[in-house]
Amino acid sequence: MNNLEEQISHWREYVRRHRTIGSRDVAELEDHLRDAVGELTGAGLAGDEAFLIAVKRMGSLDSLSLEFAREHSDRLWKQLVIPADGEHAGASRSELFVVVILSMVAAIAIKVPPLFGLEFDQHEDVYARNLALFVLPVLATYFGWKRGLGLITCGWLVLGFIAAGMLANVYPFTRHSDTGTLTALHLPIACWLLVGVAYVGGGWFTSTGRMNFVRFSGELFIYYVLIALGGMVLTAFTVMMFEAIHVRYAWFVQGWLVPCGAMAAVIVGSWLVEAKQAVIENMAPVLTRLFTPLFTLVLLAFLATMLFTGHAIDMDRDLLIGFDLLLALVVGLVLYAASARDEHAPPGIFDVLQMVLVVSALLVDLLALAAIVSRISEFGFTPNRVAALGENLILLINLAGTAWCYGRFVRHRGSFAALERWQLAFLPIYSLWAAVVVAVFPPLFNFA
Amino acid sequence: MELGKDLVAASATPLVLAILLEGDSYGYAIIKRVATLSGGHLQWTDGMLYPVLHRLERQGLVSTRWGTSDTGRRRKYYRITKAGRQQLLAQQEQWRVVDQTLRGVWLKAVKA
Repeated sequence: MNNLEEQISHWREYVRRHRTIGSRDVAELEDHLRDAVGELTGAGLAGDEAFLIAVKRMGSLDSLSLEFAREHSDRLWKQLVIPADGEHAGASRSELFVVVILSMVAAIAIKVPPLFGLEFDQHEDVYARNLALFVLPVLATYFGWKRGLGLITCGWLVLGFIAAGMLANVYPFTRHSDTGTLTALHLPIACWLLVGVAYVGGGWFTSTGRMNFVRFSGELFIYYVLIALGGMVLTAFTVMMFEAIHVRYAWFVQGWLVPCGAMAAVIVGSWLVEAKQAVIENMAPVLTRLFTPLFTLVLLAFLATMLFTGHAIDMDRDLLIGFDLLLALVVGLVLYAASARDEHAPPGIFDVLQMVLVVSALLVDLLALAAIVSRISEFGFTPNRVAALGENLILLINLAGTAWCYGRFVRHRGSFAALERWQLAFLPIYSLWAAVVVAVFPPLFNFA
Repeated sequence: MELGKDLVAASATPLVLAILLEGDSYGYAIIKRVATLSGGHLQWTDGMLYPVLHRLERQGLVSTRWGTSDTGRRRKYYRITKAGRQQLLAQQEQWRVVDQTLRGVWLKAVKA
């Protein structure tokens, strides 16, 4: 009978690879398969014979997944280009309409400040602080519309964005203040939580909702980079052509094409991620697989070099931010590896690799922290340093917990789900810390 | 005798709805029931039933819930909805028309 279980789990893995068949559908098919096997063994067949016949009766997987693809055309990329027939067409067309309108709203939003005399050249700090507020409310609106959010959730989101808008603009920042820059950097992270609430349709407290939002964020980033590359090509050609006929183009390229395009691309990118969900193998997990071993190697090499040469980390002013980014990247690698992983699969070599990555990142960061703590009296507490230190601690706690979960998992003492829960529980904390930086730091440090 | 593909496909909806009218059921039981009712003439590839069921669900003709089987496995049960009953009535009417028309023309052919 064990043999049969093994065969069924192989079959399940195989079916799962056909992306048109969702995991719930696989569960349903598996129940069917087990029924069929049960009946055939009841009729006197051996387990593996029964399995073969039951699988055969299920139909060839290619034609099966084609049928599923026809039925679930929302899982197909081609829906983007080829309008689906029947009732789907209406839905996707009205969505396209909403996306076009919202992209235009986002593109126009960034041109509103000049109407009040705030030109970009003289007030780039105002633009930097408000960058998230031009586009993220529009993005939240899109998901609010798409998920059919309730009035109460909408109300909270509106309140959140109003609060963000006030924090960005009410404090008396000077043009080059450090706390103003901190606000510009942290407000998008805080507001991303609001987008997340809209994305999961108010169900922020379910872990599947959060994981989907993590996937969405990664895919959006990749799409955005791709769209930006295309935008650069477009800009380059625009410049080349108008230069050739000696027509002034700078006002158009700098004033309209680039800023409006950058804003609209967020909405369009989000729509693309939504439209192609689960069809093509997601890119973020693929990149994770590719770069996890490479980053692990670099970190290990770094530790080994430090050990051999005895060179301590020379902590200069901005290095702490660099190490924050390194930790954030490692957290990202862990998250995206988790997002693509079957949580019931037993620990494999890749999990060990992830653990090595996390542990070596922890060691490197501890060395960096030791360096900064030993010299903190020399530096003094500036807003930048306190913010960076806070972020470092949050990421450090996260990675320490991750390493612990990985350790238990690899030694078969705990489940992968525990690790995933730990990671997902941390998501709001990043945004909350960012909100603290935005709300508390400017008055605390006297708007320096 | 093996039925043509198109005919099998066309009869799937009314057949599934009619079986669900007898009571809630799940995929495997529905296929068994089809085999019994048709005396083995209507052979479905097992897997093909599920896309049909999912389409019916999307169209709101059946509702679903996850339950557990006698052996404790998770199992998806299907139930016919009000819209499903109406759809079944409409389909019955359509099949009756097709049946009558065919009978009429075949009877004539025999007499001629």
